[in-house]
Amino acid sequence: MEDATHIAKPEGTEAKPYWDPYLAGVALGLVLLATFLIFGRGLGASGAITRTTAWVTSWFASDWVSSNAHLGGYFASGTHWWDDWLIFEVVGVALGGLFGGLTARRMKVAVEGGPRIKPRTRILFAIVGGAIVGFGARLAMGCTSGQALTGGATLALGSWAFMMAVFGGAYGLAYFVRRLWT
Amino acid sequence: MMPFQPTTWIAYALAVVSGFFFGFVLERAGFGSSRKLAAQFYLKDMTVLKVMFTAIVTALLGLTVLRAVGLVNFDHIYINPTFVIPQAVGGIIFGVGFVVGGFCPGTSVVAAVTGKLDAIAFLLGTAGGILVYSAVYPSIKGFATMGSGERLFLTDWLGLPYGIVAVLVTLMALGMFVGAEFLERKFGGKAKPVPAKADEPSNEPATQSGTA
Repeated sequence: MEDATHIAKPEGTEAKPYWDPYLAGVALGLVLLATFLIFGRGLGASGAITRTTAWVTSWFASDWVSSNAHLGGYFASGTHWWDDWLIFEVVGVALGGLFGGLTARRMKVAVEGGPRIKPRTRILFAIVGGAIVGFGARLAMGCTSGQALTGGATLALGSWAFMMAVFGGAYGLAYFVRRLWT
Repeated sequence: MMPFQPTTWIAYALAVVSGFFFGFVLERAGFGSSRKLAAQFYLKDMTVLKVMFTAIVTALLGLTVLRAVGLVNFDHIYINPTFVIPQAVGGIIFGVGFVVGGFCPGTSVVAAVTGKLDAIAFLLGTAGGILVYSAVYPSIKGFATMGSGERLFLTDWLGLPYGIVAVLVTLMALGMFVGAEFLERKFGGKAKPVPAKADEPSNEPATQSGTA
């Protein structure tokens, strides 16, 4: 979308095209398989965000975090916030994404959204959508990485229920929020 | 015998490597773009489905073969504990947030580091949603932990051997890919010759005001 729309770009500064989706899928599957074979576990994302959220919140509400039935478990006393496999993995995701963006010339400070909404509206809905995703991911004990992708590849029953439900929820609401994207 | 399960610090160093390739592939797949991700739900661009199910099938078949020839001890592979009802309800909520926010957590990290401000907003929202969940968790704990938490698989549900289910999932994915290509041709406007100057919006009247 964002590439090929600018007319007067100098030679050699256009963004590289995306990979073919099936080849990207094979590459992602091999990364996932290697992760299983090395660590005995798959990829994830929301767990690290939860851990980081608990850590940052503990700066100003440490009693609430440590006594909270959900977040308290993330910090058995003496455990550093970063002392967790997922934190290191997500640091890698950020570095890999940054490397990908740099080498594809896709680094751009921008608010991306549908053609019919203002950037301010897009930001507002990104926050609201993020909050809904955060809530859903905690209830489901994982997100599209840890449940759908990782659990899907191990044929975990609950992960397949999650994955089908994600598509169901998204397609079910898509029509009603079409103004955001189309 | 795999998995190797290295000790903590080696595992942490290799976790960064694993994540690096994960993030790099997500970027190259186009998942740093909320518009591309959301297009999945308007049948215009089925990349999300194609990448996800190709990845699942690749890893699934790899694990199935390596397990069958005895190179992988499957008991040492972590399996998400099964709580079908909260996982399904959480999934519906997650899907709603996905189409409203335009990202999922992993893709928002990739988009944020490539400069997308909407991804940073999404991540802040995610943190907020996690805190809201944590605040209400004591009152919904009974529902959130409904289920056995066992290692249960599609194979248990279907009553079929692992290899058969792996083949069935592969066939299902291939069927979905055929459908995805059809839908992209129909709704994505890829094969259709587009008029050079399309002044008229084809479908509904476009409004400038937005929805907020």
